[in-house]
Amino acid sequence: MDAAVTSAIAVDALVKRYKGATAVDGISFRLPPGSITGLLGGNGAGKTTTIAMIMGLVTPTSGTITVLGAQMPRERYRVLHRMNFESPYVDMPMRLTVRQNLSVFAQLYAVPDIDDRIASLAADLDLVEFLDRPNGKLSAGQKTRVSLAKALLNRPEVLLLDEPTASLDPDTADWVRSRLERYRIEHGATVLLASHNMTEVERLCERVIIMKKGRIEDDDTPKRLLDRYGRQTLEEVFLDVARGRGTQHEAAQ
Amino acid sequence: MSSTDTGVDFSLNRVAAMVRRYWYLLRSSWPRILDLIYWPAVQMLMWGFLQLYVSQNVGFFAQAGGLFIASVLLWDILFRGQLGFSISFLEEMWSRNLGNIMISPLRPVEFIAALMIMSIVRLAIGMVPVSLLAIAFFDFNLWSLGLALAAFFANLMLTSWAIGIFVAGLLLRNGMGAEGMAWTIMFLFLPLTCVYYPVSVLPHWLQYVAWSLPPTYVFEGMRALLIDHVFRADLMLESLALNVVLFAVASLAFLKLLQSARVQGSLLQTGE
Repeated sequence: MDAAVTSAIAVDALVKRYKGATAVDGISFRLPPGSITGLLGGNGAGKTTTIAMIMGLVTPTSGTITVLGAQMPRERYRVLHRMNFESPYVDMPMRLTVRQNLSVFAQLYAVPDIDDRIASLAADLDLVEFLDRPNGKLSAGQKTRVSLAKALLNRPEVLLLDEPTASLDPDTADWVRSRLERYRIEHGATVLLASHNMTEVERLCERVIIMKKGRIEDDDTPKRLLDRYGRQTLEEVFLDVARGRGTQHEAAQ
Repeated sequence: MSSTDTGVDFSLNRVAAMVRRYWYLLRSSWPRILDLIYWPAVQMLMWGFLQLYVSQNVGFFAQAGGLFIASVLLWDILFRGQLGFSISFLEEMWSRNLGNIMISPLRPVEFIAALMIMSIVRLAIGMVPVSLLAIAFFDFNLWSLGLALAAFFANLMLTSWAIGIFVAGLLLRNGMGAEGMAWTIMFLFLPLTCVYYPVSVLPHWLQYVAWSLPPTYVFEGMRALLIDHVFRADLMLESLALNVVLFAVASLAFLKLLQSARVQGSLLQTGE
């Protein structure tokens, strides 16, 4: 069977060029179903553009993307109801209450038993007391939890996260990570997580793809990356890649 | 690489979700509701009193009762119809919610259908009280136009939606930099569609331009009804034919602009 079909996400020779700039430069990777992968890279590395292309929000210049067997963006309406996305850079309407926002998105995703689903997510994400409060009156941490609830409403098989814990305090960030981890384990979802937060990636991800200037610089498990670069933390590995210092083996040569 | 935005597999449920979203917003904010009534009321009162003054001095206007008031009310249907459509769309950009909408299963055609429904809702909130005020202040009953009013309304709404769809495409493609278009584009129609005067007043060459715009037929039809007491069905049919063309062109432009926005990555960045 074609590997692109058996993978939850398959990206092949993906290129995105804007006027005079290459945001993504010929990257390829495959994510098996149920896996959780971190997309690491500095500002302008191409992480957000890659995720946007996977969601069908940006049309690639060339290359192919297959999500749950559907070619993106051409066949996106075959699979969008089985995916979801969370990012602190996308908001929900401020004047609508949490319950109203969630019920609108639940209806858009054709979620059955909407009230039960919202009640269950509210209990799980500690949102019960905020359900009837306008979104604009919530703290950053509470808003992130609401965005997470929106992203989990349709029990997505593919969950794309763009810096999900940015601007959160360490305690709230840790709490969000534990919920994401639990969701993936309980539902067997495929998660792709773009982040600057090395601790987050180290804790959650079984595989790390490091991007730099639109290209994949390295792609392995966190442990093998640490071994290869001879480092104690992913942050040090990230700095080695960002500053072009290469692996331990390359340095020895 | 092509992208398919044909809007097949239409879902009324998703349209209802979006209408509910805008309704929640509208009812949560009394200034938003007041704003729907405020300007139409001010316009109607100003033109109504002007007509009252003129009709006391000029015989023609005394015979054509309610001409200015009817003009301003029909103009408001055209203008507020487009504005209602565009503001609902802009709400998604102002709240930075467009990303969530665009990655949901909502098809573009469903999004547009929801915006069209909301433009009628917003218009009704504004125009029904104002039309009642016109009865109270000037004894002019817009509703007494009956079937003619339905024909005027249908044609003006079609034009307002077509312009609204085109503006939504511009906003998707160019971000908030195109916001000004949403507020001002319809004013181009004000002199050219001859809201307050007959087409014959225009220079000959400009009359061709006026007759290429669907609302011109509605305003001429209104004058025929109020001055000559004749309902010109032919004008309504011509307006409808032009509206069908305008609507099709605007929808195509919207799909092309959406496609271009995906290529340019504008949907990721909906700011300036």
